[in-house]
Amino acid sequence: MTVGLFIPCYIDQFYPQVAIASLELLEKHGVNVVFPERQTCCGQPMANSGFEHLTHSSNELFIDNFSGFEYIVSPSGSCALHVKDHLHADKREHEATAIRGRIMELTEFLVDVLHVKTLPANFPHRVGLHQSCHGQRGLKLAQMSELVAPPFSKSEQLLRMVGGLELIPLDRRDECCGFGGTFCVAEEAVSAKMGKDRIADHIQHGAEYITGSDMSCLMHLEGILRRQNSNVKAVHIAEILNGNVNA
Amino acid sequence: MNEQATFKDHATLADKFNADEPRVNWHDKTLWFIREKRDRAAWQLAEWETLRETASKIKDNVLSNLPTYLEQFEAQAKANGVTVHWAADAAEHNAIVHSIIKKQGVTRIVKSKSMLTEECHMNEYLAKQGIDVIDTDLGERIVQLAGEPPSHIVLPCIHWKKEEIGQLFHEHLGTPKGMADPQFLTAAAREHLRERFLTSPIAITGVNFAVAETGEVVVCTNEGNADLGVQLADVHIACMGIEKLIPQRQHLGVFLRLLTRSATGQPITTYSSHFRKPRVGQEMHIVLVDNGRSTRLGSDDFRNALKCIRCGACMNTCPVYRRSGGHSYHYAIAGPIGSILAPGLDMKKHADLPFASTLCGSCSNVCPVKIDIHDQLYKWRQVLAKEGHVSSTKKIGMQGMAAVLSRPGVYNIAGAAGRWFMKHLPFVVNNRLNPWYKQREMPAVPKQAFREWYKENRKK
Repeated sequence: MTVGLFIPCYIDQFYPQVAIASLELLEKHGVNVVFPERQTCCGQPMANSGFEHLTHSSNELFIDNFSGFEYIVSPSGSCALHVKDHLHADKREHEATAIRGRIMELTEFLVDVLHVKTLPANFPHRVGLHQSCHGQRGLKLAQMSELVAPPFSKSEQLLRMVGGLELIPLDRRDECCGFGGTFCVAEEAVSAKMGKDRIADHIQHGAEYITGSDMSCLMHLEGILRRQNSNVKAVHIAEILNGNVNA
Repeated sequence: MNEQATFKDHATLADKFNADEPRVNWHDKTLWFIREKRDRAAWQLAEWETLRETASKIKDNVLSNLPTYLEQFEAQAKANGVTVHWAADAAEHNAIVHSIIKKQGVTRIVKSKSMLTEECHMNEYLAKQGIDVIDTDLGERIVQLAGEPPSHIVLPCIHWKKEEIGQLFHEHLGTPKGMADPQFLTAAAREHLRERFLTSPIAITGVNFAVAETGEVVVCTNEGNADLGVQLADVHIACMGIEKLIPQRQHLGVFLRLLTRSATGQPITTYSSHFRKPRVGQEMHIVLVDNGRSTRLGSDDFRNALKCIRCGACMNTCPVYRRSGGHSYHYAIAGPIGSILAPGLDMKKHADLPFASTLCGSCSNVCPVKIDIHDQLYKWRQVLAKEGHVSSTKKIGMQGMAAVLSRPGVYNIAGAAGRWFMKHLPFVVNNRLNPWYKQREMPAVPKQAFREWYKENRKK
């Protein structure tokens, strides 16, 4: 099976270790992974700011890079959701439609396609899971607390396979962290407050690490943790599952 | 007053609200408590999601057949002896209400809770005509005494602490200074309002549901203030948006079960009052108001918002609302639902509201009639940007970003890109005084980007 690896631009530039962990994790499970090197960005930052009409060229570029793969996998629920919901191209709509149907977030792919049952990873720490909204409520990677429906969580399912890892409970299991793309600067006060509150919930329950499947949320939380000189670290779930957290 | 000069957008007002962090914590916890009550109430009904789906479908039917139901409702109401008025906009609504009051020759009236009259700024209009409107809902009376609009559609004074209400009542109702016991203050308010109830010949109410089949209107209150006002008055004026219709009385069995569980976590409001016809010697008027609703009905993307039953669940769950307060939305209806309704009335004035959200989607999930609120927030952003209602700084930033991100060559040179990213993502809005850095550290720039690592380690 050949999979196209879609690495969001900010992960490429700021968090290469997350991309490496995603790549290695997939390879460990026998997947042939290709990283199309002319990829840049899915266009979400523009679209969520109201400028979806400026994303035609990034959509074209995305199609150039990812057309033809059996699956496209990305370690970001938010970017995967954007592609799934908004990738269109006037003259290549059939290709766009195919991609929208084949894009998957990493944990979703591990659970639903690879049917991963065990992981050779150890992480003897107390870990809090931040269910990012776009992955959870958009891609349905976990049950949403608002609904009267049976619980499940793909991330949690995978984290439970990691040796020694203790998942801590949270008071608010799926509260937004406040990143929200350009919201994080346009609404700085509320964004930062939401992040601080999210972190406080984790710390209050004894988390040593905060993890999740969206690096953008984690980048925001990490920024606050570092400002607070906290010992708590934000790490992407791929790093834990791949067993190579650089603590 | 120069509106342009004094206008403050959501971000500015939210920033001000956040200056007092303990108060933000208190506000957030108070509303989260209600969200949790709502969850417990919902979980008590195994059929909760089916109820939501049913309510959504009934409202879809209403919106698709609105003219028919409106005519049916009007005919039934008239047959019941009710005078029906049609108002195209807020000004017409206010003029109609004023003309009814003028005919009675009174200057003091009572009003139970009605978001429509807030939307139409009726109290201010009537005040200018020399008519004193007393809000009889306790929460609304509190904000009225304070000279403020409600900050929440169900809990109008949720932003007030009991000690502050004690002080307000001390100033306006003469309660002892320092008295903050809720029971005492409620009793004082009751005494104060009782006199107004007894002497008001006209009572205005809102409408929660209007039944096309019977021509009756249903008003839900916890305080019984709608009943008391109407039963003591010679004239009852019920004001409603045209979207409040439901086809049949039996559909109340769906909506009344959803409304209060969603709103406050109660199984039902203390009073669900049905007003079908005036009692002997009484006059009853119903004012049906459009005010932009039929325009919205013609929009595929935004018509769905007309399903709203004004429960406020989207506000209680909204992490932004909880941490910015209702007044930061500068519109009669705050929170997520207000942010998709307001731009429909005045795009320029409310252009900031669809951006006052992280698009987390919790609002759509709690909505008892399944309005796709967060998708509509996204869609409003597209409309606002296209219509030129976002700042030119942001527009230029976005154009620059689109240019770099769609050209792999430029992106790589910028690779070095790390440095470009530091300046532009996600900081495109304003990098002069980088708001990210105010309370957050910047991410560290690694030795190499992933694409460089990939070249070295997988392409050899």
